[in-house]
Amino acid sequence: MTMVSASPASAPRDGLLSHARHIVAENPVTGIAFGLFALLVIAAVLGPWIVPYDPLASDTVNALQPPSAAHWFGTDQLGRDIFSRVVVATRLDMVIAIASVALVFIAGGFAGIASGYFGGWTDRIVGRVSDTIMAFPLFVLAMGIVAALGNTVTNIVIATAIINFPLYVRVARAEANIRREAGFVQAARLTGNSEMRILLTQIAPNILPLMMVQVSLTMGYAILNAAGLSFIGLGVRPPTPEWGIMVAEGASFIVSGEWWIAFFPGVTLMLAVFCFNLLGDGLRDLVDPQRRT
Amino acid sequence: MLKQIIKRMATAIPSIIGVVIVTFLLTRVLPGDTAAYFAGPAASEQAISEIRAKLGLDQPLPVQFLAYVKDLATGNLGNSLTTGQPVLDDIRARLPASAELTLLGLLLSVLVAVPLGILAAVRQGSWIDHLCRLVATAGVSLPVFFTGLLLVYVFYFKLGWAPAPLGRLDFFYSPPETITGFYLVDSLLAGDIEVFRASWSQIWLPAVTLAIFSLAPIARMTRASMLAVLASDFVRTARASGLKPRKVVLGYAFRNALLPVVTTLGMVFSFLLGANVLVEKVFAWPGIGSYAIEALITSDYAPVQGFVLAMAILYVLLNLLIDIVYGLIDPRVRIEA
Amino acid sequence: MNVHNVPPNHVQPPLLDVRDLSVEFATRRGVVRAVEKVNIRLAKGETLGIVGESGSGKSVTSYTVMRILDRAGRIAEGAIRFGGVDLVGASESEVRALRGREMSMIFQNPRAALNPIRKVGKQIEDVLIEHVQAQPSDAKEKAIEALKAVRIARPEERYHAYPFELSGGMCQRIVIALALACRPQLLIADEPTTGLDVTTQKAVMDLVVELTRERNMSTILITHDLGLAAAYCDRVMVMEKGKVVETANASEIFRAPQHPYTRKLMRATPRGGVTLRDLLPEDVAAAMDAPSEPAAAPGQGPLLKVEALVKEYPRQLTGGGLAQALGFRGASADPFRAVDGISFEVARGESLGLVGESGCGKSTTSMMLMRLIDPTSGRIMFDGTDLSAIPAKQFARSAFRLRIQMVFQDPTDSLNPRFTAARSIADPLMRMGTAMGSAALRARVEELAGHVGLPPEFLDRFPHQLSGGQKARVGIARAIALNPDLVVLDEPTAALDVSVQAVVLNLLQDLKTKLGMSYIFVSHDLEVVRMLCDRVIVMRAGAIVEEGGTEQVMAAPKAAYTRELLASIPHPPI
Repeated sequence: MTMVSASPASAPRDGLLSHARHIVAENPVTGIAFGLFALLVIAAVLGPWIVPYDPLASDTVNALQPPSAAHWFGTDQLGRDIFSRVVVATRLDMVIAIASVALVFIAGGFAGIASGYFGGWTDRIVGRVSDTIMAFPLFVLAMGIVAALGNTVTNIVIATAIINFPLYVRVARAEANIRREAGFVQAARLTGNSEMRILLTQIAPNILPLMMVQVSLTMGYAILNAAGLSFIGLGVRPPTPEWGIMVAEGASFIVSGEWWIAFFPGVTLMLAVFCFNLLGDGLRDLVDPQRRT
Repeated sequence: MLKQIIKRMATAIPSIIGVVIVTFLLTRVLPGDTAAYFAGPAASEQAISEIRAKLGLDQPLPVQFLAYVKDLATGNLGNSLTTGQPVLDDIRARLPASAELTLLGLLLSVLVAVPLGILAAVRQGSWIDHLCRLVATAGVSLPVFFTGLLLVYVFYFKLGWAPAPLGRLDFFYSPPETITGFYLVDSLLAGDIEVFRASWSQIWLPAVTLAIFSLAPIARMTRASMLAVLASDFVRTARASGLKPRKVVLGYAFRNALLPVVTTLGMVFSFLLGANVLVEKVFAWPGIGSYAIEALITSDYAPVQGFVLAMAILYVLLNLLIDIVYGLIDPRVRIEA
Repeated sequence: MNVHNVPPNHVQPPLLDVRDLSVEFATRRGVVRAVEKVNIRLAKGETLGIVGESGSGKSVTSYTVMRILDRAGRIAEGAIRFGGVDLVGASESEVRALRGREMSMIFQNPRAALNPIRKVGKQIEDVLIEHVQAQPSDAKEKAIEALKAVRIARPEERYHAYPFELSGGMCQRIVIALALACRPQLLIADEPTTGLDVTTQKAVMDLVVELTRERNMSTILITHDLGLAAAYCDRVMVMEKGKVVETANASEIFRAPQHPYTRKLMRATPRGGVTLRDLLPEDVAAAMDAPSEPAAAPGQGPLLKVEALVKEYPRQLTGGGLAQALGFRGASADPFRAVDGISFEVARGESLGLVGESGCGKSTTSMMLMRLIDPTSGRIMFDGTDLSAIPAKQFARSAFRLRIQMVFQDPTDSLNPRFTAARSIADPLMRMGTAMGSAALRARVEELAGHVGLPPEFLDRFPHQLSGGQKARVGIARAIALNPDLVVLDEPTAALDVSVQAVVLNLLQDLKTKLGMSYIFVSHDLEVVRMLCDRVIVMRAGAIVEEGGTEQVMAAPKAAYTRELLASIPHPPI
């Protein structure tokens, strides 16, 4: 019975806009996520020019001030303006997340598609590599990688990309694998397309939307991971403003009641991750209505 | 059954080999002078080259690898510069603290997340469904170290319901006699209610922090797989046969829905073991996470390496356990194996 | 007083009495009426067939009677009385007490209809205990009795089986055992044999009829197959778009269909003694040319000659866990032979039917002929050249590629969701055709669309904007774009409704004569093969069991297996 007929797994083109409108209408939270995303982009691009104070300038007279009209988010133990630091930190956190996701999108996506489509040795090698990565608790592996490669921002990016690699491989591999024997791929073989051409023109475009969903979902995870590493003192070093390190700096003041030092960077971090997760969910509903949860 | 468990255990071997190779590579091949790491930041040139010779770093890689494997086999993970003790002893002493915290966190989380997921799926669209979705989305967005700090602020500073976040036991009390290494269990075994309450008061806040963190993936997966199973043909058959909703939901749907949830637990453990490091830092919990962080700060590499290896092997074993449990639930895996 | 002359309805109230039933679904696009003012009256012991194509509302009607509609659906109006009980007003627990005990249902896809991780015997016990037909102490005994009732051999052993260990036909028997365990008065069978092989279909349907007669039960058979319904039911009710268009005795519905839709459906159902043209509605058929004799294709000797073709697959070695874990895979001593040394010929302009049940090797054969997979041994001589000498991986670049094309089973799956219809049809022209400008390409695509009867305005649509029949036309246009000599048709109409199937079959027939192609038509449906093919090959377990002219094989089958296949086709009382 096809009363409520299931939509095809891929996005219909002409209905996309109305579908998007429907999703926002049904789930206004996705709309909020778009708003947050816009704010993040503005802060990342314009951050240093729009903040009221120099994020690095200490002012010991005004240290540990609670939020006020002059300092919206209060000041830290060195009297630095927390609002300015939070806004300026956006760029660094975003750059880490975007760089690592872009890296893994290309490497993991390609490895996964090739592994799913060609099978055989390609599949076995790619599978073995991602299984080995998955054999570690991911955050612990990231700690190990950064500790070994050296304590720099670049290495945070690399470590974050590596621990996300199996996720991308899995999505791309599974999707390529089901389409390997799909009728339209067989038909493309019959019409004289080479295997590489089929991979690029038939398989990849059909997998791309799902990979984009994965990007959005892992962006949040990448931000969390980078912030977690700097929270334990890896990667970014003080006094550079970065959300994880700011929370770490404020941690010791929590027990004496100076909550704002850790609170505002922490909340910003949380909202950023929340925003990407919501966008990911929204995007998934858009691309793949059947996989809604 | 035993034969199948042994077979399954054999599947863990490639993972362990992979783990050993990766931990070896992390120290030897990658850029940076390993000897300098091991010598510590203040060592002289001469001291570094002495260490290089002592560690066998002037040997070719395969020789180094064999030596490394031999060391591992004999339990030699090197010495910690900070504590002066063999790393293996340090890890062994601190592992129960981490394990107790992680397991309690997971237990709390499963107790809340699974019923929440089931109810959300059964009453799709109700307030409990919305709550579940909120928990699932918000939960994965919470940085675990930030949740911990918020809880400390509220429950220690504001309400005073929890003691200061300073370790496993207030210094007024002496730890119970070690049997399992878990203070909660050992104190009960020793019949010491006072110590039990004292260690409970220390552990509940970090455990709740971990629980909130792992709540989201479990609730989300329970809900999703329950929804999928409830819409499946055999549930329709069960309903058409007039079985009671309780029987349909718990007897038929839930056992099937459990399978993906059990698989998810592997991922949850991966997250939990990582989050554990952060939570231990926030609550000054004397587990192996704090140990690794201290070592990282002092560039003391042997403990960090030992920590990564120990966590990885622990995780492989946990996955093995999950596999075996899966086989117990699903007859298809049992017979095909 | 002669009781027999009085219609049963007047003596006693019907077992099931549905009046003016309308069912609505809340969808994204608003409320949709799936069922509109349906009336059903079913007497005790009577068998009613509900027939309709997809979207006709036949399944929704039965779900509503069982009150197992999903959340989005609701009864908008009407009354359902079952054995005097008002099912619309009854509480959920009251209806639940009836389900499984007084009225039962069996479904399509029997394996999925059983709990995959519970022993089948236990599943029957659950129902028996729920309806207090058994105590935990004697439940096992009664469950085994229920298995025995559905003629399952070694029921004590099967009691302990899980669904994945049983065949599809066996699973359907279990589902029937489950449904009949409590001896209900009404059985609703929703497409119970769709997806099963024709011989299994017959076994399952015979069992259902036998059991329901024996117990004087009433049955509702829901199916898309008018022939099946007419063969097994007393009365047939035809539904279209949520409405009942006609109800008649089974013997009359084929002889004298009243409603135009029934007529169309009846005509489109493949059956003995008719031609492809007869499947189309009268006005359409009359407007078409009579099928002409095929243009003689040039060339000498048979177009295709297959010699001792074999395809083996290694059986997965279930060796030690360590070997598997390390990625070693061994081949066992005796590989599985999917195709076991078959030989046959296809003449120029001929169409050959390849018939058999699932797993007989017909699809593997067609994949080898298409040169998508390599045979293990044997030769494929195409127009005098041995194609099996060219590995499948390199065949895409071979000059023979464009001479052999294929139409796939699932029209949806065979079109790239991101390509427009025009782009899909143009693909072979762009890859292998002679270079041409975009205007010439478009003209050729439109010409091909004309051949297959696809209006040009549909060419710029994506697959999800096309109907099943339109998608099938796109697939056919793509296959004939380069004027191939041989087209393999792999169950091209299996996913289509009968009325669409009739049109597509006729289209294929006309194209063949017009373009002088040869066909290999892979199918499970002997009736369809008879109408489209000159010769037929019957396959079983990788081997050919019978070969010959279609009419001859159908009229006087030599092999016992062919006779069994023919006997399994439901024969409506005409």
